[in-house]
Amino acid sequence: MAAIPFSREDRKALVDPLIINNPIGVQVLGICSALAVTTRMDKALVMGIGVTLVTALANLAVSLVRNYTPGSIRIIVQLSIIASLVIVFDQILKATLYELSLELSVFVGLIITNCIVMGRAEGYAMQNPPLRSFWDGIGNGLGYALVLMLVALARELLGAGKIFGFTVLPLVTDGGWYVPNGLMLLAPSALFVIGLLIWALRVWKPQLQEKD
Amino acid sequence: MSKRESTRYTLLFATAVCVVCALLVSVAAVTLQPRQAASARLYMEKNVLLAAGLLEPGANVTAADVNRIFDERIKVRLVDLATGELVPPDRMDARSYDQRKARGDPTMSRVAPANNAGIGRLPNYAVAYFIMKGDQVDQIVIAVEGLGMWGTIYGFLALDRDGNTVRGLTYYDQKETPGLGGEIGNPKWQALWHGRKGFDDQWNARITVIKGQAGTPEADPLRVDGLSGATVTSNAITRLMQFWLSDKGYGKFLKRFREGKVT
Repeated sequence: MAAIPFSREDRKALVDPLIINNPIGVQVLGICSALAVTTRMDKALVMGIGVTLVTALANLAVSLVRNYTPGSIRIIVQLSIIASLVIVFDQILKATLYELSLELSVFVGLIITNCIVMGRAEGYAMQNPPLRSFWDGIGNGLGYALVLMLVALARELLGAGKIFGFTVLPLVTDGGWYVPNGLMLLAPSALFVIGLLIWALRVWKPQLQEKD
Repeated sequence: MSKRESTRYTLLFATAVCVVCALLVSVAAVTLQPRQAASARLYMEKNVLLAAGLLEPGANVTAADVNRIFDERIKVRLVDLATGELVPPDRMDARSYDQRKARGDPTMSRVAPANNAGIGRLPNYAVAYFIMKGDQVDQIVIAVEGLGMWGTIYGFLALDRDGNTVRGLTYYDQKETPGLGGEIGNPKWQALWHGRKGFDDQWNARITVIKGQAGTPEADPLRVDGLSGATVTSNAITRLMQFWLSDKGYGKFLKRFREGKVT
């Protein structure tokens, strides 16, 4: 196998956004979609994959043309690249997972405006070489997906008694014992869960706490 | 000013980015279109089975499963809406007929008679699915559509072999407000329709979505519980159901079916 160069810097770009520089937990970006698509784990997984692919490929493309991009139109160039990738992802989703795409289509379109994608393109890919930008995109996408899955786990389990659609806590309405918490299926609960996650992250990694 | 910031270069660069992006998007759209159409068709046929109660809501089925049930249990036929007669199966293939496409084709459709269901054009032929039990027709599934709050609602209505009693319904394509009008997609609400009647004693299409709660299907067969907070959608459902059951829609066909003239 041909050795793909993978330096310490690349590793840092890939691993840091998972925990220590997590886009949702630390940078607090992409909150809007984290509220919308975390009622079920399958939705969160597809959204996480979508954002990971789009962020990685957008970073790669933006970084490839960074030395040729006129500064005056750089934002619109990034946006065109991101929008095209999102449309392609949406088309693929429609061709393969049609029923899920009916529920997700609105949110997939909104990946275009997801602050993480744009933030990484402008904040990282414009200053860094293509491969490292690609890893940074993968890392940030996975960091986003990780938080999304955790939030979805809490919401689906407590709100519907299920994980990935499989019943874990049998509901009272189906003859079981668990009374579901309806709030968990509504958007505000995602804010509570994300807030608790950020709190836990800051206790675990005290270096993230700002000094007053 | 460096060369990279000149107006000429900026314009050229912008054009190049646009061309590359446009190519990427169009290639994806064109190459994936057949698979998307196949997925959409499978989803639609799954909803026929859902309306007829041959599938449980949420069941995971493949294209092969759907095809098998169609081969075993279902005869797909086309109805000439103007006369209510069936189109001979050798003249047009009913299964591959695309009613939504036909409606937009001037040679396959006509201007709809005046109606309040928001239906502008009417296809000349409409699809009817005969659900068989042995040699006997057990249910008839018809396609319904009409204007809702935000867009056209498409669905299927399954009628018992008396051509009157509702056996089930689904809406497979709708843009109603999620949580309010969107609840027409909720299997629990759809289950309320079971056993209600489409027509009154004089065979007028009378099934109505009311405000508030209706009685049991036996005591209150012509009315269905409304959806709270979704008056526009509820009224749209009433109108589109009455339209397709009336003589403007499948009415003539259903009359012939009741009289045993459809074989």
